[in-house]
Amino acid sequence: MPNLFDCNITENIRLTNSVYSIAVDCESIAAESAPGQFLHIKCGDRVLLRRPISICNVSGGVLRIVFEVKGEGTKWLSLQQTGDVLSILGPLGNGFTFLKGNVIVVGGGIGSPPMLYAAERAKENAAVTAILGFRSADDVILKDNFESVCDEFHLMTDDGSAGERGSVILPLENLLKNGEYDAVLSCGPHKMQEAVAKLAAEFNVPCQVSLEERMGCGVGACLVCVCATMPDGTMKMSRVCADGPVYDAREVFF
Amino acid sequence: MADLKINFAGVELKNPIVTASGTFGFGREYGEYYDLSKLGGICVKGLTAKPREGNLPPRIAETPGGMLNSVGLQNPGIDAFITDELPFLREFDTVIIANISGNTVEEYAEMAEKLSGGNADIIEVNVSCPNVKAGGMAFGTSTEGVTAVTKAVREKTKTPVMVKLSPNVTDIASIAKAAEDAGADALSLINTLLGMRIDIQTRKPILNNNVGGLSGPAVFPVAVRMVWQAALQVKIPILGMGGVESGSDAVEMMLAGASLVGVGTACFHNPYAPLDIIVQVEQYLDKKGIGSAKELTGKVEPV
Repeated sequence: MPNLFDCNITENIRLTNSVYSIAVDCESIAAESAPGQFLHIKCGDRVLLRRPISICNVSGGVLRIVFEVKGEGTKWLSLQQTGDVLSILGPLGNGFTFLKGNVIVVGGGIGSPPMLYAAERAKENAAVTAILGFRSADDVILKDNFESVCDEFHLMTDDGSAGERGSVILPLENLLKNGEYDAVLSCGPHKMQEAVAKLAAEFNVPCQVSLEERMGCGVGACLVCVCATMPDGTMKMSRVCADGPVYDAREVFF
Repeated sequence: MADLKINFAGVELKNPIVTASGTFGFGREYGEYYDLSKLGGICVKGLTAKPREGNLPPRIAETPGGMLNSVGLQNPGIDAFITDELPFLREFDTVIIANISGNTVEEYAEMAEKLSGGNADIIEVNVSCPNVKAGGMAFGTSTEGVTAVTKAVREKTKTPVMVKLSPNVTDIASIAKAAEDAGADALSLINTLLGMRIDIQTRKPILNNNVGGLSGPAVFPVAVRMVWQAALQVKIPILGMGGVESGSDAVEMMLAGASLVGVGTACFHNPYAPLDIIVQVEQYLDKKGIGSAKELTGKVEPV
C-alpha cells in the first residue's frame, strides 16, 4: 500500500547544471516500488502541491530520484541536504510490465532516470539494450549506470557533442530492423514517445510508454492529470497518476 | 471530550468535516488510506445527466497558495454513479452528498428525482461550476437562475437540497436569499473563483481551457467573508468551504456562520487532511471548554 512517509535524505548530488540526484531512506516504499512508479514529494511550504518524480532506482531500503530544476518546487528540493527530511507519498501509479525476452529501453532527457530502474528489472530475465538521448554532452546523465547494467548501450545527442548525433529514433530503427526484440519501454518528451510508439508498432513490437502530465493529488481523485486513451474501442480521459503513468502505447492518443 | 455531532438540515453528521466535491472522487482513492466512516460526510464528484469526459489537459496550474483547475465535470454520469459507485460508498457510516450539475433546469430536476429515495442523504445542487460552457455557473450568477434551478429540484425530491453557490458574483447575500426563498434546505459555498495563468515564454494560457477555478488557501479569506455575508442573510444552515487547511481554519469558517466545513484542495498535498482537521477541531473545543461543535456556528463578534 502506498502511504505518506517522512524520509531522511542520505545523499544529494548535482549531476549537471540543472539535474540533481537525491537518495532517501524509506524501506516501506522501497519494498513496494516497481519501475515506472513515482513518488509525490512535498517541496517546502511555498508551493502547495506535491511534485511527482519517478523512481530512478532502488537499492535495499534506499530510493533514488533524479530530477531537473524547473520551478520553485524542484529548486527547493535541489537545496535539501543529507539528513533533511522529505514528506513523500508513494509509491504511486502503475509501473512497466516485464516479460521474458529482449528488451529495448529508451530514455529522452530527464525521462531517462526511470528507465534505469526498468533496465535493472528487465535484466533479471532478459537481454537489455538502452538508448538514451540528450540535447548535448552537458546534459548527459546516468551514462555509467546504464552502461554497467545493459548489454548494449547507445548514446545520442542533438548536437553530436557526446555519442552519436541525432535522435533516439535512429538507433531504435536500426535495432528493430536487424534484431529480434520482445518489448520497447520508453520515457521522454511527448514527440519522442510518439515516434518511438509509431516505430515499435511498425515492427510489431509491444511498446510501453511512461507519460507525464501536470498533476494534482497523485492518487486518482482530482482528475486533472488526464490523457486521452482508447483501451477498449472508445476514447476516455485516463488518469495519468492512477491509470498510468505507464501505458500500452497502442492505447494512447499522441 | 467535546460533542462533534452536527444536525444539518435534518441530517445527522458525526462531525462537521466533509470532503469537498471534485476533490475526493467517489471515495475509492482516499478509502485506500483510511476508513471513510471517520468523515462527517463525503460530497462526491460532480454528476451530470450523461457521462462527460471533461476538458482537454492541461487541467491544472499552480498559483501562489493555490491552484487553478479546469477539469470540466469529468464523471461517469448519474446512472453509473447510482449503480457502480453508491454501493461502495454505502459500505461506510458517513453522510453521502451527491453533487449535481445540469445543462438545463430540466436536467437538474431529472437528476434530483433519480437521487431521491435514499440514493443520497443530501443533494448538492451545483450552480457554480466555472469550467463548463452550458449551465453550471451561468445559473449561479443570477437570482433568477438560482431560483429556477432550486425550485425545479425542490419539486422533485424530499431529500434535503443544498445549493452550492458561486463566489463569482457581486452580491452573495441576494443569491443566498434567492436559494432559501426557492426552497433550499441548506447552502454550500464557495465554489472556485475564476482565474487564469499565462506562460510568458509561449504566451499561451497554462490551462487548455484558458481559464479555471481557483482553490486552496489563497481563497480562504474570500470564503470566510462570503460565508459570513450569506449567513447574515439566511436562516438555513451553511456548509462553508474554500481553502480550509487546518483545524483553526475550520473553526474560523464555523465562527463566520458555517455549520459544516468542506475540505478539498488540502487533500491533494495531505491525504489525511480531513482526519487531521477533525482532531484539531476537537482539541480546540476541549481546550476552550466548549461542549459542542455546533456552538461555534456564527459566533463571530463583528466590530
